[in-house]
Parts: sequence; C-alpha cells; structure tokens
Amino acid sequence: MTAALQTATPSPQPPPRPAAVEVRGLNAHYGETQVLFDLNLSIPAGEVMVIMGGSGSGKSTFLRHLIGLERPSGGSIHMLGADITKLGALEMLEHRRRVGVAFQGGALFSSLTVAENIKLPLREHTGLDEKTMDIMARMKLEVVNLAGFGDLMPSELSGGMLKRAAVARAIATDPKLLFFDEPSAGLDPVVSAALDELILRLRDAMDMTIVVVTHEIHSAFKIADRMTILDRGRILETGTPEAIRNSANERIQSLLNRRADAAPLDPEAYLRRLAGEA
Amino acid sequence: MLALLEQTGRRSLRALDELGYATSLLFESAFWTLLGARWRQPVRANSVVAQMMHIGIEALPIACLLAAAIGFMLAVQSLYSLGLFGAESFAHVGIALALTREFSPLIIGILVAGRSGSALAARLSTMTINQEVDALRAIGINPVRFLVAPALIAMLIVLPALTMCANIVGLGAAGLMVAASLEITFAAFLANTFEVLSAGDLLHGLGKSAIFAVLIAVIAAVNGSLVSGGSDGVGRVTTRAVVHAISAIIVTDMLFGLLTTL
Repeated sequence: MTAALQTATPSPQPPPRPAAVEVRGLNAHYGETQVLFDLNLSIPAGEVMVIMGGSGSGKSTFLRHLIGLERPSGGSIHMLGADITKLGALEMLEHRRRVGVAFQGGALFSSLTVAENIKLPLREHTGLDEKTMDIMARMKLEVVNLAGFGDLMPSELSGGMLKRAAVARAIATDPKLLFFDEPSAGLDPVVSAALDELILRLRDAMDMTIVVVTHEIHSAFKIADRMTILDRGRILETGTPEAIRNSANERIQSLLNRRADAAPLDPEAYLRRLAGEA
Repeated sequence: MLALLEQTGRRSLRALDELGYATSLLFESAFWTLLGARWRQPVRANSVVAQMMHIGIEALPIACLLAAAIGFMLAVQSLYSLGLFGAESFAHVGIALALTREFSPLIIGILVAGRSGSALAARLSTMTINQEVDALRAIGINPVRFLVAPALIAMLIVLPALTMCANIVGLGAAGLMVAASLEITFAAFLANTFEVLSAGDLLHGLGKSAIFAVLIAVIAAVNGSLVSGGSDGVGRVTTRAVVHAISAIIVTDMLFGLLTTL
C-alpha cells in the first residue's frame, strides 16, 4: 500500500532557484540625457540570460551598470545577496571578486602572457602559491580548449582564441556569475559556434549564472534560457526564446527579422549621448 | 569676442577639473600605498621594482651622457665668463652650485618626463581604450593602486637617485675640463668644489627632483586616463602629457628657486 502510494505521488518539482540578479527600477543618465528607463529584470541562478538589442539600444550601458562600472541614477541591482548600487568603493572591489566578466575585445593585459593574465586574479585575491596558480591557469585553459597556449602573448592569439582566453581569466576564481559582452562579435560562424558551446558548458558543468549581451540573433537563440530585448533604453520584453520569437511586438520582430528601422535617428540626442559618454 | 571668452571659460573649467582629478589621484595613490595592504589591495613591490628598472636603470646611460654634457658645457661657459674678469679660479663655485641646485634636477626631470612620463601616459591611454582598465576594475583590482601608485613610488625613488648620479657625473666632467684648462689636478678641483658645496645645496636639488617626480607621474596618469577616441587619442594625450610635464617642471623650478633661495 505504502509502495503504491509512493508510486502514485507525483515527483516534486524542484523549488524555483533564487534570483542571482534582481534589477529594480533602474535609471541611468549620461550627463543630462537619460539612457536607461525604469528597467526591471530578474535572472534566476543557473540560467543563461541573453540581453539583446540593436545599436544604441542601451545594452552595453546596461551591462556596464550590471558589472558595477557605472553608477545608476536610480533603482537597485541586487546581485549575489548585495545591492551593488549601495556598495562603497572598497565593498565593490570585494564584490567584483565573485563575478567574472569577458569583455568584447578580450581586454587581456597586453604586457602579460595568457597564463599570467589568468593568474592575475588569483594572485591578487587568493593566497595561492605560484605552483598551484600555474596548475589552475592550465586547468582554466583546458576548459576553454587553449591548453598549451599559456606562454603566448595576447597579440599572438587570433580573435576567437583571445575571447576564449578572456573567458579563462573570467572564470579563474570560479565565480558564480559570469558576464559576456558580445562574445560572437567579429568571429566566423565556426568559432562563434564553439564559443556558444563553451557558454553552455560553463552553465551546466560549473552551475554558473551567465548574462550575455549580444546582437547576434543566431547565437542568442542557441544559448539563451531566457532573453530580454532592449530598445532605446527600455525593456520591450523578457521571456523564453520561443516567447520572444513569437512576440507580437513589431520592434522585436524587426530586430529578429533584420528589417530596417523606419524611425529616424535623432542626431541631437545621439551627439548629446556621445558627449556624455566621452 | 564672446566666442573667445566662452572658449577661455571652457578651458579654464577643464583645467580646474583636471587639477581636481590630479589631486584626487595623488591622494588615492597615497591611500593605497599606505593602507592598501589592510584592504588586501597592496601596492606590489615587484611592480615598483619593474617601474624603477624602466625609469631608472634603463635611463641611466642617457642620463649620464646628458649630465656629462651639461657639466662640460657649464665648465666651458664658467671658464669663459669668469675669464673676462680674470677669475677663472672661481669657476668651481658656479659649476658646483648651478649643477647640484639647478641643472641636474632640471635635466633629469625633463629626461624622465620625455621618456617615462610619455610611456606611462601611452600605456594608461592604450589600456583605457582596450578596456584593460575596465577589466582591472571588473576583476576587483583598483587601477590607481595597480598602475599609478607603483609608477609614482618608483619615480619618487628614482628621480632623486638619478639626480645624484647626474651630480657626480656632471661634476666629474666639469672637473676634467677645469683641471685641464687651469692646469690643476682633478683632486684639487674636487677639494675646492666640496669646500663650497653644502648638504643644503644637494638637498635643494634632490627636493626639487622629488617634486618633479610627483608632477611627471600625476600629469601622465591624468592625461592617460582621460583619453578619448582611438589611436589618435593615444598620440594626443601622450604629447600633451610630455608638454604639460615639462612646462610644470620648469615653472615649478622657478617657483621653488624663488621661494627657497631669495
């Protein structure tokens, strides 16, 4: 009887995972020009969230706020248990140790070898000895399929290798949260596909929450658990790739189907924003 | 006219803005140097040593060459001008004082501004454009602590050291010229020189070189971090850093001389 009851009971659903990132009412200005408008976004732990948008949509600005390189003019960003908009400079340095960022161009330090680049966060934030750091650097290079390339200088790597090396550095301290800025930009389709595979592998094997900012549609649909579409500083929609694909929003369909934007670009607003950014 | 006033006003505001930034950079560097270890953000000794090698050791041959040329030139001019009054035997007085109080710190300051100030500005601006500075911040490393403070500390150590070297080489070169011209021994020239030279004269020059070190490092750091645009921006801020540093060195030299000598 007990056995029958046990068989009849449906297997319990796993509890929803807590949000790794919670953005509430985020506003941002460059000078007097507002560039992000009341953004709200929740990213559950262990998910790949892709933030998409065309040029000038504000996705890079949003990313800079998420990784704490810019302070918002309003709203909050809760990340790994802390509101990063309220952290002091020294607390922010501590927080950043728990977050990895792979920049668009790699942003490897050109005066250091690839292995030294990976060891830098370890050297700065851990008390590990040189031998252990060497082993860890080799392990991270193996994760991104760059084993044996540690002694090369960044200038000796191809575009795809640079991006993978940047990922190796970003995961050096085993962060729980990883940000990618345009991982596929400037890469050929084969290299881009390999990088997509790497992102999925990091999510599954290392249980990372991954936020990817991109405008590469094919790559975005391949890796995303959920997607957020930004347009002119506002979130148009957040949902599963399927929901986004079937969205009734005309601007989302224009973006996905690569239709030219009918709305003219306001040159004054563009220049104001450019001046503010500079 | 209105446009000219507006432009002047804008430039003045920008200069004030940069001055404020320079001051904050200086205090931030001092903060990380003194208290960084407490926040697990120490200024690494090996970074300072690497900078010292670049700024000091690698510049030593050219610094010695310039110091020798200045010493020799000072000797020639002193012998000539004092010779007009038949006072060549007092040449060592002018040479010793001018070299240690004025020429050594000045020439070393200008050399380091051109050589290492430009390198620091170019490095910081290139790193800014390539997002390497953003990457440092994203990793949790304060860029001022990691990039600016080691260069500042290295310059503070190396500039007075190079100035001291320049004093020795310059006096040596001048001594050879004077000894040959006046038919006295080199040892006699040195003995006469040390008779007129006081510790205060040496400290005057070394104090100046320490101030020049701060000026070069901070001006290079300010220009390097305020870069905009691409590779042309790097060229622009590098040139600007050198011109500003040399101008600041010469003006400060004049003010320092006025305030401490008269």
